[in-house]
Amino acid sequence: MPTATRRRAGVRRAVRRAGAPLLLLLPSLILVGVFVYGLIVANTRQSTTDNHTAAQATGQAPTTGVGLRNYLDLLGSEEFQHSLTNLVLYTVVFLVGTMVIGFAWAWLLDKPLRGEGIFRSVYLFPMAVSFIASGVVWRWLLNSNQGEQASGLNRLFQMIGLDALQNNWWNNVSVGIVAIAIPAIWQLSGYVMALFLAGFRGIPVELREAARVDGASEWKLYRHVLFPQLSPIALSALIIIGHMSLKAFDLIMSISKPANYQTKVPAVDMYVFKSAFDYANAAAVGTILLVIVAVVIVPYLVHTHRQGRR
Amino acid sequence: MTSVVEAEAGRPVDLGRTAPRSRFTVGRTLRYVVLLLFVLVVLVPVYVLLVTSFKGPGDAAPTRAWNLPQVWTTANWETAWSTLAPAIARTVQMVVPAALISAFLGSLNGFVLSRWRFPGADLVFTLILFGMFIPYQAVMIPLNQLVLGLGVPSGVPSLILLHVVYGIPITTLIFRNYYMTVPQELIEAARVDGAGMLRTYAWIVLPISVPSFVVVLIWQFTSAWNDFLFAVFFSSSQNGPVTLALNNLANGALLQDYGVSMAGALFASLPTLLVYVLLGRYFMGGLMSGSVKG
Amino acid sequence: MVAAAAAVMALALAACGGGGDEPETEGGATGGSDEVEVFTWWAAGSEKAGLDALVAVFDEQHPDVTFINGAVAGGAGSQAKDLLQTRLQAQDPPDTFQAHAGAELQDYIDAAQIEPVTDLYDEFGLTDAFPADLMDRLTAEDGEIYSIPSNIHRANVVWTNRQVLTDAGLDPDATYDDLSSWMDDMETLKKAGVTPLAVAQAWTQVHLLETVLLADLGAEGYSGLWDGSTDWEGPEVKAALEDFQTLMGYTNTDRDGLDWPESQQLVIDGKAAFTVMGDWAEASYEEQKQELGTDYSAYAVPGTDGVFDFLADSFTLPVGAPHPDGANAWLETVGSAEGQEAFNKAKGSIPARTDVDMSTFGEYQQAAAEAFKSDTIVSSLAHGAAVPVATLTAITDATSKFTSGASDLATFQSELAAANAG
Repeated sequence: MPTATRRRAGVRRAVRRAGAPLLLLLPSLILVGVFVYGLIVANTRQSTTDNHTAAQATGQAPTTGVGLRNYLDLLGSEEFQHSLTNLVLYTVVFLVGTMVIGFAWAWLLDKPLRGEGIFRSVYLFPMAVSFIASGVVWRWLLNSNQGEQASGLNRLFQMIGLDALQNNWWNNVSVGIVAIAIPAIWQLSGYVMALFLAGFRGIPVELREAARVDGASEWKLYRHVLFPQLSPIALSALIIIGHMSLKAFDLIMSISKPANYQTKVPAVDMYVFKSAFDYANAAAVGTILLVIVAVVIVPYLVHTHRQGRR
Repeated sequence: MTSVVEAEAGRPVDLGRTAPRSRFTVGRTLRYVVLLLFVLVVLVPVYVLLVTSFKGPGDAAPTRAWNLPQVWTTANWETAWSTLAPAIARTVQMVVPAALISAFLGSLNGFVLSRWRFPGADLVFTLILFGMFIPYQAVMIPLNQLVLGLGVPSGVPSLILLHVVYGIPITTLIFRNYYMTVPQELIEAARVDGAGMLRTYAWIVLPISVPSFVVVLIWQFTSAWNDFLFAVFFSSSQNGPVTLALNNLANGALLQDYGVSMAGALFASLPTLLVYVLLGRYFMGGLMSGSVKG
Repeated sequence: MVAAAAAVMALALAACGGGGDEPETEGGATGGSDEVEVFTWWAAGSEKAGLDALVAVFDEQHPDVTFINGAVAGGAGSQAKDLLQTRLQAQDPPDTFQAHAGAELQDYIDAAQIEPVTDLYDEFGLTDAFPADLMDRLTAEDGEIYSIPSNIHRANVVWTNRQVLTDAGLDPDATYDDLSSWMDDMETLKKAGVTPLAVAQAWTQVHLLETVLLADLGAEGYSGLWDGSTDWEGPEVKAALEDFQTLMGYTNTDRDGLDWPESQQLVIDGKAAFTVMGDWAEASYEEQKQELGTDYSAYAVPGTDGVFDFLADSFTLPVGAPHPDGANAWLETVGSAEGQEAFNKAKGSIPARTDVDMSTFGEYQQAAAEAFKSDTIVSSLAHGAAVPVATLTAITDATSKFTSGASDLATFQSELAAANAG
């Protein structure tokens, strides 16, 4: 059987090529398989049932499959649409804020400067502080009282003569969520700065010099030499920062409250559903989040995939 | 690919750039002004934390947030120390192994997925990476049943397991990206010399991984140290980490003692801060050497 | 790959199912009757003091049982409840846990997570020690009782800052027959530049809503909201909601970011004139050495005189508790006259038993205990006595949506009706 032998040899070669690396990956694969994919499966299954009460959760009352009903109900409800809008607003402001500020800091620090290390450390510092720790302070700072009753940042604005900047922060029902992004931007801009700074420094000096010799203006230098070099970094930063935005939960819990309509996001809904023993809807919200993530992340993965091939 | 060599030295940043020094003084001053303004903005919350942590009970109130203490007292810091110290010790016991193990696993994965590739490596990488985005709240109940079913005791052991597991995607990502910058020829050379996979990893790859390890360890250290969600569900105030103890300190009291909770907040952040200061140089070096290129 | 992952999953789930039957005890200790893990959210302040006092009595009454403190702080018990829910789901229950008495227990009952303790009432002789009204409210639909109350709180209390009222030219000793005369004075206060009414985050707004409903509908009408005999869509409820809307117009703008001690503090500090809060607020006055009648006054919310809007903390017996004997011992102490006296004196609440000597209690507590004996008792909405968790969550969501300006009164009313319809 020459074909069989050849095939067996082929299989053996494939096993030899893939076997050893797979063996090395095995611990991680098992862990990720169980703790990520196993739980995603369990969650998805939960989301297609009518498991809305405590009795059903423990099997005291029957649960039946309802297909996509929970999803349709959620997506059709005004409250959940509000949550989704909030998530989008929050994520956009958070991403744009960290990227712009992080880039600006990196740009300012790029050229040699005395005290650069100090600036860098200060900007990076907020990353070391958890929201459980900084939550109390941010709750003070983002107090919505204005005028005579003002405290927090509104008070500070009064003290430095910028009264016009006073606002009710996250208490605005349509765009209040943007204020919640402020502490998040505070925390992670430094990290983005570090990424970009590393990127700037990673660009060969010769490249810049060559461009300068060619008489390129500063803007052209950035436009045609530096930005292209930085774009992979920007992409990584977006992904790492973007996945943090899904964790807005800690932040909202420590500054606002889970019941507050103004600052609802899907992660908070998930928590509220779970607290009320509505596991099916909690799971459905989880799956919706996962799908959103997939929509954003898969193009990136495909991109890196292609790059890996190159 | 000189970056590898430089990275190995773990050198910080200045790549001998020589900009003209005397010119652009206006620009330079402007840069300083802007940078200092940003420093002030960044430090606003820190100022409030600091001054409040030295205030007495009535003084530590939101309405007096911007004022200096009427009477400076260290009582808050003493309380914070005595309540948080045991929890901080437990957090160290939890964070150090969690960061080391997940970094090591990530390094193995990153190596195999970038430089000892096999058919389907990209798919496996994609599958692992996707784990970064799982919404934890949604899986908390099955997760709890799973951890309990595996017989992992609550507290430090459970938390180590969880931080290792959910750290794998990002550590793998960072190491893989870093190893992509290692010339394949280096690996091939070792292969030609007859070195197997493990030997190549241990002798060639591991020694040049220091910068990436720094980046990964800092990241994992920070996220495990600051985690609260897992802490609530997988430990109690008797065996839990510092975020839990801090939360107990800051909440629940009838008269919220803001002074103590702010002292505690600063205190609980000190270890991470220390890591940043000690490893900051290497952190930048690590980032520069390609850990984060897409 | 997929097959391997599936196999691992199956294994893990099997392990999961197997392990579920034999919950791990922490520290792998002893079992039997010699310890009891008591799960509460009494981790700080007067609540912790109360718990400590109760434990002292427990150690005296049951020296052979070791008390293990499972207190979890944070968010008025919300973190404790999350953790409890997960532990119960994972069949890893504590030996006994704190829960609000009343409808809030219904979910645990439906889920078969707690045992009836009706027998213990006979064994410990509690049936006659508690008021008959209370026994009715404790008894679940199936005729069984599922928890032993440790303390009683009153929800429908107004707290005032007397100085603020005097400064605004009002009589600090004035009481109000109904909400509208109360709101007239609030208008005066508003013109004087103080916040008339302090509230905090959503649940305190629900707390305010419940007292407004009680004031406008009366005790019977209010109780009818929970058994279906009062129409949520009707004009009476609409009128009450309008009052609620007016009252919310007199409140502090930063309410949604505050918790109740902070809104209480606004009144204590003279930044606001009134607040509606349960009588646990008494403890914050005591802590700050404020005098009833000179610094502050406390009385029933206008229109609710003679009604005691009650809530109670209580202890349960979870199904599959690792140390049921220890739990029984704990429940005995909780229900005992000594336990109730020690606990309530420290916590600032009143005993559920009517046979406790009140002479050594504080002035407010003595008055409240009298009222508890003579007033009509109704169940609190915001604190789990009146409705199950899911209903309360829906009501809270609707309230937050309304007070943050995202819905109008008609929508609010129909959302409340829908919440109660299930």
